[in-house]
Amino acid sequence: MDRGQVEALIDKAVSGDLRSISKLISIVEFPAEADPHIIEAIMRNLMGRGGRAHVIGVTGSPGVGKSTLISKMISEFRRKQYRVAVIGIDPSSPFTLGSFMGNRIRMQIHSSDPGVFIRSMATRGVRGGLSASTVMVIEALDGLGFDKIIVESVGAGQTDVDIINISHTILNLLMPGAGDEIQALKAGLMEIGDIYVVNKGDKPEADLTLKQVIDVLSYEGFERETGWRPRAIKVSAVMGTGVEELCGIIEEHLEYLRRGGYFRDVVVKRRIYGAQIVLRHILESRVDEIFRGEGSFIVKMLANGEIDPFTASIKILDRLLGR
Amino acid sequence: MATEAERELGMSGLRRRYRVLIAKLGLDGHDRGAKIVARALRDAGFEVIYTGIKQTPEMVARSAIQEDVDVVGISILSGAHMALVPEVLRLLREYGAEDIPVVIGGIIPWEDAERLKAIGVSEVFLPDSPLSAIIEKVRELAERRRKSHG
Repeated sequence: MDRGQVEALIDKAVSGDLRSISKLISIVEFPAEADPHIIEAIMRNLMGRGGRAHVIGVTGSPGVGKSTLISKMISEFRRKQYRVAVIGIDPSSPFTLGSFMGNRIRMQIHSSDPGVFIRSMATRGVRGGLSASTVMVIEALDGLGFDKIIVESVGAGQTDVDIINISHTILNLLMPGAGDEIQALKAGLMEIGDIYVVNKGDKPEADLTLKQVIDVLSYEGFERETGWRPRAIKVSAVMGTGVEELCGIIEEHLEYLRRGGYFRDVVVKRRIYGAQIVLRHILESRVDEIFRGEGSFIVKMLANGEIDPFTASIKILDRLLGR
Repeated sequence: MATEAERELGMSGLRRRYRVLIAKLGLDGHDRGAKIVARALRDAGFEVIYTGIKQTPEMVARSAIQEDVDVVGISILSGAHMALVPEVLRLLREYGAEDIPVVIGGIIPWEDAERLKAIGVSEVFLPDSPLSAIIEKVRELAERRRKSHG
């Protein structure tokens, strides 16, 4: 692929051609497969157009209803004529690197809508809830003119908080009846919501859960760093109740960020984080490489008990950095 | 192409694995077979995107393109394969994605299987197909597509 072909592809994608959008996304999603100059050319072009999309991160434990809620949110955003992209992240097997991705199932009603683009991404050996190239894909979708980019994180554990580095607005989905207010006081996942969404609101326990969350959020010091006081709402994604109100709060939060001048800060943070996650992944791959197979002299010493793990890792690091 | 050094580095998170869409086409809720195949492909290292049941040809074609898969696998046990499968192929052509191979699995009379292959279906797996044969064929099709598309 040469420069001319890259530009032709971008032009077609910008004009809305589905195949071209998808091809472009794949090139930047799997950047180690392509010529680095092509990646650079594509991203320079697209990032020059971007920085405008509202990125909404959706997190919560597996089965809490993230995909189902996102599908209802898409309907709501489409009523307002927004173009919507979804990145649905599901886990890769740590053993085979294979993945079974089922996020689309709940959103398939939107697959024929030309204003909606959905891409499933596997975690591919990266921890924290995102894939190494998630930010590359966000930047590309942003440059292609999508108004809302919804990132569905992998079903999260208590410390999978990387989504905070890429999102303007974070929805933290909670399951009714799963724990009391003590769970809501725990560190990690409960610290990162802009909007706490108690899903499955048709269940009788939902009201109590909502009350507990609201109570904890009212403690002093729960403001986000922007000063935004996190909100809580009860919805039923399956029934569709509360979704319109939720999308209203999402827009309110966006407005808050814009007014305070925070919108751009998030874009900057995301781009820097995008480089960090890629670099971390490459370095981690190199570390894995060192310990694979027979290994080096240091690894053999380690195996024979002639050197301790700390000293060994410092020596390996020195060699990696060419010191 | 990545350099030899980059290959040695691993970087699985920035590399492509074979991607397969598994869909249940038409009014057909019998998804056990599709799930078993999807799971087997996952265990063989594929990235499987599962659409679930009751998919229209339009949903299948557009999902395949959005996900940029290397192979589309359609499961159909309703008997409507001759009405619905040609439509999937037509839509893939319409969207300029006829290079994505389509394989079918289900209860398909052998003469229909031949007709489907004649109009462009890459393979039809009948109920006695072993999982290993399905995995092998899907891998071969995916490999061929990646070679011609870089």
